[in-house]
Amino acid sequence: MAGENMSTVSAYSAMQINKEVKRTLRKERINSYFRYFVLILTGIFMLYPLAWMISASFKPNHEIFTSMSLIPKDFSWDGFINGWKTGTEYTFGRFFLNTFMYVIPKVILTVISSTIVAFGFARFEIPFKKFWFTTLIATILLPQSVLLIPQYLMFREMGMLDSYMPLYLPMAFATQGFFVFMLIQFLRGLPTDMEEAAMIDGCNSFQLLWYIIVPILKPAIISVALFQFMWSVNDFLGPLIYISSVEKYPIALALKLSIDVTEAANWNEILAMASIAIVPSIVVFLIAQNYFIEGVTAGGVKG
Amino acid sequence: MYENQKLGLAYISPYIIGLIVFTAFPFISSLIISFTDYDLINTPSFVGLDNYAYMVSDDTFYKSLGVTFAYVFLTIPLKLSFALFIAFVLNFKLRGIKAFRTAYYIPSILGSSVAIAVLWRAIFSLDGLLNTFIGYVGIPPVAWLGEPHFAMLSVTLLRVWQFGSAMVIFLAALQSVPQSQYEAAMIDGASKWHMFTKITIPLITPVIFFNFIMQTTQAFQEFTAPYVITAGGPAKSTYLFSLYIYETAFKYFDMGYGSALAWVLFVIVGIFTGISFKSSKYWVFYSGDKGGKNGG
Repeated sequence: MAGENMSTVSAYSAMQINKEVKRTLRKERINSYFRYFVLILTGIFMLYPLAWMISASFKPNHEIFTSMSLIPKDFSWDGFINGWKTGTEYTFGRFFLNTFMYVIPKVILTVISSTIVAFGFARFEIPFKKFWFTTLIATILLPQSVLLIPQYLMFREMGMLDSYMPLYLPMAFATQGFFVFMLIQFLRGLPTDMEEAAMIDGCNSFQLLWYIIVPILKPAIISVALFQFMWSVNDFLGPLIYISSVEKYPIALALKLSIDVTEAANWNEILAMASIAIVPSIVVFLIAQNYFIEGVTAGGVKG
Repeated sequence: MYENQKLGLAYISPYIIGLIVFTAFPFISSLIISFTDYDLINTPSFVGLDNYAYMVSDDTFYKSLGVTFAYVFLTIPLKLSFALFIAFVLNFKLRGIKAFRTAYYIPSILGSSVAIAVLWRAIFSLDGLLNTFIGYVGIPPVAWLGEPHFAMLSVTLLRVWQFGSAMVIFLAALQSVPQSQYEAAMIDGASKWHMFTKITIPLITPVIFFNFIMQTTQAFQEFTAPYVITAGGPAKSTYLFSLYIYETAFKYFDMGYGSALAWVLFVIVGIFTGISFKSSKYWVFYSGDKGGKNGG
């Protein structure tokens, strides 16, 4: 009897529940349509300018601002061919290579020095450790413009102006606190039992760093390298201050030079070179993206 | 934790050397230089507070300071609220979430480059892309980079366009909010908006604070975009403080005044950061926090 009663109740509530479920599902569907609408619209705003820039490089000059289309009506390589020659005696390829002349040392030095210092901070007792750590945080927040003039005078004194040294030499001393901080945080989250086992086996601290820490830290180290690469390729103020001869110009200065010289005349050339300029960052980002995200999400577990 | 203090010191010694040579020494030097008159050719001469006294009556100084504050207070709320909004929309079981995240992140990795500043000029110039677009709807061309207010807006938009990095951090924070919290609130009959303001926001305040501090200190130092897009113009309407410092020191070779300006910027950013950290006690809730109004 109780069962009979239950079944009528459940039949009634099943209908109710069914209705409720349908309504929720409909709401969810509208909700997700709305989300997709917002996301796609935002995506267009994010990527259309970049796509337009690349397509404009293949358009003749007179066509660039007459339509918003991403497909060139008169397809031409002129922008690239003439832009590559640049207004100087060097080709754009030269400026490209120049950029990597300091970006690569910068990335390598940053990775090495930051890893060593982060290892020290995360695993050792150090006199005045709190003080050193506070300075690390302070340097992250310190506006770099307050250091700009004395650093310039210092490198001038050392005879390093118009060379790439001022751009990468400081990186040998873990001067970008942000990266050190990132690696310390990562190391602190890792269990130390493997290291302890290695110590019992007679590893010294350097072997520990090289054979245990570095492999585990790999995802974090890759993201440090990635960020430093992006920031260095994009850096403009540094080269602007230190590099004065055109033969040593990196991409950033060469592009600035090209808009100053041609002033709104040959947009297809300028945009073609700007498109080439963003290729390294985009390629590196797309290749390393999975590594990066994997590193952030699974880094600790995989070790 | 290893006991050997000397070894530990050896490992962090590159940092200590770098700190002294490339940070502490220049930091003190720039204060000293700010009390001198130095043009790179003649020997520096001590002038006391002259540079600071000059600043008090320097119209460009006030103009530049005002423009910088306008820039910071325009970009930061716009960028962070947009980043949070998109992170919120993305934090849902959606197909293609990864593709969207990638697409939104790309402007952040390119945004500070000269290439993008050049693109911005192509978009906002008088015969540029934006005017082509509004021409379709019959609006006459606007001098986006020729009118002070529009020029500021154009430069600001470039920074808002780079909301992706802040968004990714917000998204990670949103994804780590425990589902049980929402379920409990749902049983209590809380509305969506209530859950957002009473659960989501308080739980991600540490990340909001982190983004706020990082983005603000960066915005105070913005250089490339205004320098390349507008060169500080028109009528100094985008003449941000770092442009003024740069031109004073490296165009007019007035190292003393340049250093004084840099120190003023340092003090302003310092005060701003200090206030932010002090205020964080009242609105940032760290997990396991016993204090605070709402108990975290």
